[in-house]
Amino acid sequence: MREEILLPLALCVLAGTNLAAQSKGAQLGRIPSAAEMKQRDITVLPGGSGLPDGGGTAADGEAVYQDRCASCHGQNGEGKPDGPQLIGGVGTLASENPVKTVGSYWPFATSVWDYIHRAMPHDQPGSLSADQTYAVTAFLLYRNGIIRPEDAMTKQTLPKVHMPNRDGFVPDARPDLGKRTPTSQPQK
Amino acid sequence: MKKQSESHLQSRLVKASSYSRRRFLAVTTTLGATVAASPIDLWAGEARELGAPLRPYGERSPFERASRVSLRPGPLSGTGSTETPLQDLYGIVTPSSLHYERHHSGVPTINPDKHEVLIHGLVERPLVFTMAELKRLPSVSRIHFLECSGNSASEYQGEPGINPQQTAGLLSCSEWTGVLLSTLLREVGVKPNARWILAEGADASRNARSIPLGKAMDDVLIAYGQNGEAVRPEQGYPVRLVVPGWEGNINVKWLQRLHLIDQPAMTRDEAADYTDLLTNGKSWQFSFVMEAKSIVTRPAGGQHLAGPGLYEITGLAWSGRARVAAVEVSTDAGRNWRRVELQQPNLKNAVVRFRLPWNWDGNEAVIGSRCIDETGYVQPTHAEIIASRGKHARFHYNGIKWWRLQTSGELTNA
Repeated sequence: MREEILLPLALCVLAGTNLAAQSKGAQLGRIPSAAEMKQRDITVLPGGSGLPDGGGTAADGEAVYQDRCASCHGQNGEGKPDGPQLIGGVGTLASENPVKTVGSYWPFATSVWDYIHRAMPHDQPGSLSADQTYAVTAFLLYRNGIIRPEDAMTKQTLPKVHMPNRDGFVPDARPDLGKRTPTSQPQK
Repeated sequence: MKKQSESHLQSRLVKASSYSRRRFLAVTTTLGATVAASPIDLWAGEARELGAPLRPYGERSPFERASRVSLRPGPLSGTGSTETPLQDLYGIVTPSSLHYERHHSGVPTINPDKHEVLIHGLVERPLVFTMAELKRLPSVSRIHFLECSGNSASEYQGEPGINPQQTAGLLSCSEWTGVLLSTLLREVGVKPNARWILAEGADASRNARSIPLGKAMDDVLIAYGQNGEAVRPEQGYPVRLVVPGWEGNINVKWLQRLHLIDQPAMTRDEAADYTDLLTNGKSWQFSFVMEAKSIVTRPAGGQHLAGPGLYEITGLAWSGRARVAAVEVSTDAGRNWRRVELQQPNLKNAVVRFRLPWNWDGNEAVIGSRCIDETGYVQPTHAEIIASRGKHARFHYNGIKWWRLQTSGELTNA
């Protein structure tokens, strides 16, 4: 009987307590080992942090691309119903028919590497090695006219690649609309 | 103590059961007497069948048909979306079974006993939390809408869906239960140079988005509960982010990792996809907020009114920037607007239902609504949006939606 009264009281007190204010915190959670964190951490930043060792050229990447990517994106990156166009479209963004591709739209080469590493090929993400990922990235950059065929993409060279639409992004300017005008006044 | 209460419960059950039996006999006797005394046998041929038995997990009536549909099924397995049947909903909560879906690489099957969330990077103490540990932390429950930033995208191109579901059904609203992200961040201790958090899912494509630290410390939830039960697999089981008022894609499902960093990671979904291409060739980036929007869900496209007379105009309004201040409805394509009643509760970053009793005189009508939020923002027209952004922006469409009611009672896009 006594417990029945005290338990809700104790819960009320606990709920009102800021965990940070408690000297010991919640003391929940396990401290991961450095090896575990390294294994789980796949973040890649535009400056290149997080990119692994290894590398590849467009020539290396062509074989990987034709084997693992072309069935959805087309032999020349022209796009198919199953996968978007990856090559071309530079200069079209302000036109009536903008074509957004890796070459025409993506602002960072590291984003290309990161996305392939995270999510491609669609049916088997994670199955490409670091070398293969560098090579396919190099192939796409070369075919978009951004790097030369002999340029090897590595953790040093990839972040230095300047993408054509690098300066194509501006901060969200909304609310661009939504101001009440005389014609939008409600009638009573 | 336990044994005592069990035997107490048993004796109560026995009493209840014998009471029911006595009561049943009494009723039967009374009925028997009535039947015997009646000159006409009112009860003959009316033997009634027993209803369905008890069941461990409920299902809706077999007469109900509301379903998600996929207007834009992805070309590959695991991609695409399904839309919520807004025209069939009552109130503000979307049943979990009808919550819209948008996946990039399918719905993973995750054993919650083996699932962990790693928080690391620019923190004092990197930590790994099990689901059991997350559930021991102080929790909150909050009603929030989720809207895909591509909701109503076809309106940009002037090709709207034929009904509320197909034109605005990438919108749902649930009660979410979980831990505030700020609670977890205090546990790990955020270093002064941390500015963003990369949130990553455990789906095959490791879907990832960067969230500014200010928003993370404000109202972001790590949710394991949805509408009173565990979050559904399609919605991120066993745990997901809920980023109130911000575009759906950043509400990372199947959350497995939070990485505190000093800059956005520029993942594909924030650097290239989910950006708004404008007519000058530039694009808005980090356009997170879902702005004020509303839609009349009844009477609406795809429906048919039986004839002149009383109907209820109803729909949903929401804003990711501030609470909904008012909703106005017009039945004459915007020449006249009437402020309508808002059903309570009207919560920040939740949908609110509006209603207006309306007597249809049988003439053609063009019905629509507009939402005004507490910042004073008025939901814009389609023409205003196209004039400002062009038709290739694709995301964040929030224009006024009109339905044309013809004299025949048919409703279509206006």
